[in-house]
Formats: sequence, C-alpha cells, structure tokens
Amino acid sequence: MTTPLEAPLELSFDYTRSLGPVLGRFMAGLAERRITGVRGSDGRVHVPPIEYDPVTYAPLSELAPVADEGAVVSWTWQATPLEGQPLDRPFAWALIRLDGADTPMLHAVDCGAPEAIGAGTRVRVRWAQQPVGHIKDIACFEPTSAPASPTPPASAATPSPTAASPAEPVEIMTTPIRLRYTHSASPEESRYLRGLAEGRLLGQRCPECDQVYIPPRGACPVDGLPTTDEVDLPDRGILTTFCVVNVPFPGQRIKPPYVTGYILLDGADIGFLHQVLECAPEEVRMGMWVEAVWKPREEWGHTLRNIDHFRPTGEPDAPYETYQRHL
Amino acid sequence: MAGLCREAIDRALADAGLDWPDIDAVVLGKAPDLFEGVMMPELMLADAIGATGKPLLRVHTAGSVGGSTGIVAASLVQAGVHDRVLAVAFEKQSESNAMWALSIPIPFQMPVGAGAGGYFAPHVRSYIRRSRAPAHIGAIVAAKDRRNGARNPYAHLKQADITVEKVQASRMLWDPIRYDETCPSSDGACAVVISAAPTSGPAAWIHATAMRTEPTTFAGRDQVNARAGAEAAQALWRDAGITDPLHQVDVAEIYVPFSWFEPMWLENLGFTPAGDGWRLTEAGETDIGGRLPVNPSGGVLSSNPIGASGLLRFAEAALQVRGRAGDHQVDGARTALGHAYGGGSQFFSLWLVGADKPGGAA
Amino acid sequence: MTEIAVVGFAHSVEPKTSGATNGVELLVPLFQRLYADLGITKGDIGFWCSGSSDYLAGRAFSFISAIDAIGACPPIMESHVEADAAWALYEAWVKLRMGEVDTALVYGFGKSTAGELRRVLAMQLDPYTTAPLWPDATALAALQARLGIEAGLWTEKEMAEVAARSTRAEAAALLEASYVADPLREHDCAPYADGATAVVLAAGDRARELCDRPAWITGIAHRIDSPSLGARDLTRAPSARTAAEAAGTDSVEVAELHTPYTHQELVLRRELDLADGVRVNPAGGVLGGHAMFAAGLARIGEAARHIMSGAADRVLAHATNGPLLQQNLVCAMSASPSRSGPAR
Repeated sequence: MTTPLEAPLELSFDYTRSLGPVLGRFMAGLAERRITGVRGSDGRVHVPPIEYDPVTYAPLSELAPVADEGAVVSWTWQATPLEGQPLDRPFAWALIRLDGADTPMLHAVDCGAPEAIGAGTRVRVRWAQQPVGHIKDIACFEPTSAPASPTPPASAATPSPTAASPAEPVEIMTTPIRLRYTHSASPEESRYLRGLAEGRLLGQRCPECDQVYIPPRGACPVDGLPTTDEVDLPDRGILTTFCVVNVPFPGQRIKPPYVTGYILLDGADIGFLHQVLECAPEEVRMGMWVEAVWKPREEWGHTLRNIDHFRPTGEPDAPYETYQRHL
Repeated sequence: MAGLCREAIDRALADAGLDWPDIDAVVLGKAPDLFEGVMMPELMLADAIGATGKPLLRVHTAGSVGGSTGIVAASLVQAGVHDRVLAVAFEKQSESNAMWALSIPIPFQMPVGAGAGGYFAPHVRSYIRRSRAPAHIGAIVAAKDRRNGARNPYAHLKQADITVEKVQASRMLWDPIRYDETCPSSDGACAVVISAAPTSGPAAWIHATAMRTEPTTFAGRDQVNARAGAEAAQALWRDAGITDPLHQVDVAEIYVPFSWFEPMWLENLGFTPAGDGWRLTEAGETDIGGRLPVNPSGGVLSSNPIGASGLLRFAEAALQVRGRAGDHQVDGARTALGHAYGGGSQFFSLWLVGADKPGGAA
Repeated sequence: MTEIAVVGFAHSVEPKTSGATNGVELLVPLFQRLYADLGITKGDIGFWCSGSSDYLAGRAFSFISAIDAIGACPPIMESHVEADAAWALYEAWVKLRMGEVDTALVYGFGKSTAGELRRVLAMQLDPYTTAPLWPDATALAALQARLGIEAGLWTEKEMAEVAARSTRAEAAALLEASYVADPLREHDCAPYADGATAVVLAAGDRARELCDRPAWITGIAHRIDSPSLGARDLTRAPSARTAAEAAGTDSVEVAELHTPYTHQELVLRRELDLADGVRVNPAGGVLGGHAMFAAGLARIGEAARHIMSGAADRVLAHATNGPLLQQNLVCAMSASPSRSGPAR
C-alpha cells in the first residue's frame, strides 16, 4: 500500500525552428553537400557557423567554405548508442577540425573500434543519401587515408567560388524531440488513486488547519505539512463555477459544447475540475447539486476518470453564501 | 531565437545610447523551456544576448516572468551590484505549440481543461456573478485593446475597425469567453536597459517594485481577487507613496490575456473597490483619453509572446512616462504602472515608473 | 554594505527516491529541519528563491507545485531561476543587499532519475547543429577530459586520484576498471541522484541572532562562457576564473567545488588558483551523487558548514551550470564579515 504509484510520461514533439541568415545558408549548403563556416571578429573560421561573435557579440555574416574532411582533435567511444544519435552501432564521438576551419565541430565517426581513432586521425564526411538542408545531412564522419589538403578547401560535388551560397537559405528545420520519464505520484496522492480504483473518494485533512483536501497533498499549501487523517468523501457535491467548452482540441473526449467546472464534494474544502453532463449547458447553474456517474467497474483504474462525469441531482441549488469562499 | 532577442536588444541599446561594454550583466526571462524545446536557452544564447564573459541570470516565474525579469534586473542596480543591467525576455511560440506543451497528459491526472481558457473561464464566471457586471464588459475591453494595438507598430494583432458588436459576434470558445476576447499566440522579445545613472534621452525612474506569490490552489482561496495580487499592489503603492492610485497613476499596462481580467485586475490592484472595476471599463475611462488608460499598447490581447509579455508591460509603462510611446502615447503621462501575473493567478510582479526621480516633484 | 551570511543548511541526496516528481516530499523535511535548527517559522522568512528545471520533471511549470512545501499563505515574496539553485542564492543575496528583507530561504530540488538525464542534457546544446545529434552528457565530458590529457594538463591517474580521495579507494585499483566513455571510467563520473538543498541567508544582526558562527559571504560572483563548444578552449573555464577574481578567494582553507567529473576539478583548481594546502571537497563533493540543480547550492551550504562548525575560518564554494563548466559561480565566505573583497 505504501509504494507510490509510477507511470511513464513521454514528451514528444517535432519542433519547427526558423533559421537566421547564417544558419539558413549553412543548412542550404549541406543540401548541396558543401560545408560553410563563418568568419569571426578575430579572423577564426567557425564550423558549424555561429550567428554572433563570442568576443564582440557582433552579428557574423562572412561565410567561408571549408573542406568536408579534417582531423580529429578529441574523441571518445560510445559503446551503446542512445536513441536519436547518428549511428545505431558503436561509434566514436569526435571534435573534428575541418580543413579551412579554426574551430572543431562535434560529430560521430564510424570507425568500428576505438583502436581505429586517435587525435590527428583524418576523417571525412559521409553524406546522407538524400540531403535536405538539415544538420543530419552529415550522416557521420569516416576515417580516410587521403592526404591532408590544408587550403584551399574543395568540395567534390559542387565548386563554390564564393562564400555566399547560391542556394536559397533554409528557413525552417524540424527537430523531433522525444524524451521519456517515469512520473511518480506522492504517497498521499497514491493512497487517493488506490482509493479511486476501489470506487472510493479519499480526502485527507491538514493536521494544522483541519481543511479537507481531495486529492490529498504532499504538503498542505497553507501550512507546508503533509495532509494526514483520511476522510471518505461522498460522490456528490456542489458545482461552484464552470465554463462551457465550445472549442474543439486534440484528444477531446466529448463533442462540444459541454460543461467543465469545479465540484466541491460534500465535506471537502477544495473543489476539483470535472465534467457536468446529462443537462443542457444553458441549464447549468453555479451552486447546482451534482452527483458522480461512475464508469463500469471493469474500466476502473488509478484515476479520477473512473467517474465518467457528474450530473445534476435535481435538488434546490445551494445558496451562494454557502460556497462563495470557494470561488 | 537569437535574432528575435537581438532585434529587441539592439533597439534598446540604441535607445539608451549605449554599447556592449556599458552593460555589466544580463538577466533573461522566459516561460517554460518546453515551448522552444531547448533546456535553459540562455546558455546557448549567451553570445547573441551579449552575456558571454558577464553575469547572466535566468528567471522563470511562469507568466509573470517578464515582470520578474525587470525586477531582478532593477534589484541588481538598486543593490549597488551593477551600474547597468540588460533585461531580456522572449518567447518563440511558433517553435512548438503552447497548447501542446501545457496539456501533455500527466499520469494519474484527469485532463478536463481545454487550455488556459478552460482554466480561467470558470473564474471569470465567478467574477461576473460576484460583481454583477453586465455581459458586454469583456467585449468592451477586447475592442479597446485591439484598437489600441492598431496604434502600436509592434503589436501582433491590429484591428483598427473592431467594435464591441463584432467581438460579441465572435465565436464563444469557453463560455463566458469569446474568441475575440482571448490573446493570440505570438513570437516576440523585449529588452530593457536599467541604469543607475541617466543615459541619453528621458528616463523612466523606478519608484517601486513588488513581487508576491501564493499557491495555485488551497482551501478557501480567492481565485478572482487573489490575495497575492492585492498584497503586491498594496506594497507597491506604499513604497511609492501612492495613496490614491486612480488619481495618482496616469496610465497602466496590465497583463490581460482574457478581456475580463481588466476589471478583475483593476479591483485587485486597488484602482477601484471590489466589484466596481467593470464600471470604470464601461464608462470608457480605461480608453486612451480616459481617467486611467489601460493597455494603450494593445496589451496581451494584441500580442502574447508569453515570457516577454510581462516585460513588455513594464517597458510600455516606461515608454509612456518617457513620452516615447508614439501613436499610443497617453498625453501627459508622468506615472505608469507595469503589471504581470502568472500561473493560476498566483505570481504577481509590479513596477511603478515615473517621469520624475523618486522623492522629487511628483 | 549589508553583511550577509549563510546561517542554515539542509541537504538530502539519494541515488533514487521513490518519491514524487514535484519536489514537495524532498523539501518538506528540509524546511522543517531548518525551522527547528534555527528556531524560526516560515513567517520569519522575508524572501524565498528556488532553482530547478522543467526538463528534469518532464513538464512545464514544474516548480509551481513545490511551492506547496512552503505553505505560502499569506502570500510570500518569491522568485525562481531555471538553473542550479546557487543562482537562486545569488538572487536572494541581491535582495538582502537591498535591505528590503533580512532573511531568505533558498532551495533547489530535482528528481534527476525521473528521466534519461544523459539524453535530456543534450537539450542544453545548440538546437540547430548539435542537439539534433543527441550527444550524451558523459560523452561530451569525455571529449573535454581527453583534450586536457592530449594537452598534457592532466592524466588519467590524476583523475583517478581525485576519485580516490573521495571514495577512499586506491587510485591504482580504480585505473584497472574499463572505460565508460574513453578516457572516463565509472569513478570519473558522478552518478545522477535525486535530492534537494535548502539554505537560509540572513543579514547583519539577524544572522548573529540565528547562528553562533555565521558564514559571512565576503564575495559572490558568476560569469558565463560562450556556448560554442568549438570556440571555447574546453580545458579552461575563464568564467570560473573571472568569477573567482570578482568574489575574492584569497587564503581559503577549504574549497567545495561542483565538479560532476573528476577532470573538472583539475580544470577548476587551475582556474581558481587554489594553493596546494587548500582542502578540496573533503567529503567527496558531488562524485558520490549529483543531485542536479540542488548540487551547486549544496556546495555553498557544505562550505558554509565548515565555518559554522568552527572547522575553518575562510572557505570557497563553486557551482556550475550548463554543459562542460559553461557557467560558473564562486562564493567566498569567512568567519568574520569584515573580510570583504569586491562583490561583483
């Protein structure tokens, strides 16, 4: 009974990033299998390009083409690749200084074993099959036995006579982000959730102010102490205030319009949000008595969703004075 | 993100007649990192916001963060730690979708709400019940703020020809809140330079600041007229020597993401007694030219880059007393309020700025 | 100038708690302990400030629910930084200097084990060119460590000796272990841990009332370096050096450094110009468990404890934030408030 409940939580979104002129042209170059750096205020060529100078903070704009091969400056071994990384077999991470660049860039090197890489190892870009103007157009790097060609840098695919890229700058790049967490409920909340799974509504009283909280809290927000004494609450109460939802949104369970509002259970000192159905939205009133309509028992879990909705009981409305301190 | 912030910063520095070496420290504020999908973006923005090699502080106090950013920057100067501090706040909502970021299903919790509107609409209903305000007050606010926005070159929405009737004809989203009574989803940044000594041009002197916080929910919490907001305002008026805010304050930039929050905050801030805020709005006294123009910039209803919105309120208040608000300038504005709130109406930050130095002729 | 001191410190760090992600459970016991230690109540605190990260909990506005632990009714003066809570202490220090309040409680918390932190931290990197490759935090640290080895600045043996000092193991034995991320071995990397830290600051006579030997902050400063991994010399941390210079760190006896990797202690020893006699992380620092966003503040608390207990008269604490020591804070404390260096 005392183990807190846990459940997976996933954040997953494809972020749409607008690019400024510098990164936009860098990405456009990648689509043509060319790598461009940018010249900083101290003359250093930064690859990948940076938008603002680290010394003067000035916006940078002088693009400089660099080679698609260079030397490893530092490296480490990723024995077990993680989700989203450039390779799904063991590989090396390396800081690589491309020929023509003054700063190293971070990327993966597909070299089979840690013995195959070291400081100074020459590597070259392995391009993605179909570059699209994204950093992932550089699939990874691979060792090369080609002799170092310090300057001028040359690209195999497209000769690039000037710094400026002829291609249209990339305006938007999408970066998918997927992160997984284990969400844990507090011990107080876990007791409440386990109660719900049995069809009970368990509140807890703050030992200091005697107010009954549902759900119970790891700390009474007024006194900063965990709520303690358990209180079984009935599944009926007052609708204190509400709104009529008319807006459709992803994941919506009920076709609008419908009513969501704060239900103050009889004996509780705080309301919670739930739905009020079985009543036309225009008939719903502040102070209306409502009762829970539970889902079939076989559908119950550790959630307040076990209550499908609340519906009016038909009793006379509670006087405003009786619930106004809960608004 | 970098370019967005920098555009605002470059203008602020030019306005102050300053350059990078003049800036001692940078304070950056924005709302949740999930909006842009970058963990602590100030780290990767350090070069762009001119913070490299300097102290950089990142503030995050929910929707009030823009205001808090201004206050933290001001305290660095007031405490004598620095002479000149750059405050920057931004939000780039187009990188993701705030509705998504705010409604990720958290295990064990029942998703009932429908975005921020679904959260705040029941409290608006409570306000209407409590104050007996007529139903068209919200539409009056929305039409006024959108018209004001049309005077502000930086506003996201500009609707010069909007009317109360048009607002009332717009779709009801979260009854009692209509579509035209809600804020847009904006990209934007705001930058403010806070200095211990005058720079070029007129200054907005900071007369007082206040911040207060209370929990999102607790038994018996007043969700309409939050105590934290009222106490913040009382502290602000006390520290600034204001005894009659409605008479002594010339213009207010108040965080109004849903139209009805104008009368609610007028009461919470002590401009009117509880229950009477809507009368000021209805009488047109919050228009430019009224007794207390509210949100001449168009406010949050015209632009809502969330993290920046609070600092925008503070900055717009400063523009007014500096006489630099252009087409939305309130004539003779000498004393102005900047207000921000966040979370479930639980985080408040305020500042009062004046054309005159505190203690001088007011 | 207002005299400000650390007068109370409580900290918890565990490899993995079963507790909730919201921080309340971690914080309530710490607050209660501090109230009891100092003989105060929550009403005595004039300003509250916290540090945490939404990406640790995996949800927006994750710091809001932690406010329940305070019992913020009546309303409080409060602020929050999205950073290690050492920066929250800095904000509180500024508030105390203004003289608006005379007591502040600073806290940091995080359930680091709720997510896959090695991946999550990639989200701190450039979102266009670097984060999309999902370089994990340990690999990045390994690249930094090798740069120093290649440059002859430190060796794997010296790194092992840092670990040996905190784990009381033999360095030679540690070196027999295999690599986690070449050249880093398990002993070189602090394991992520769940934890919370709370520190009470007080000004002037209030500090003397609350504590027999307050740890007076004689200087506190922080700086940030460029985010460009390529533009930075990763074997250096200039921001730590300039922060230390601004804080004034002369003649410290003990240094509590926030170094999640052994080689980072070696970087900092150099940047902070620590003399050979200075005891560094005598209790092992964060190598035993790294409670993200609470750990930097804990260094300040631990350093202050050396003074409060009478074990030292002059100490230094360091906190870091961001990848590979990008952002650094240095706080110098003394048994006497008069020892005040420049405080920028």
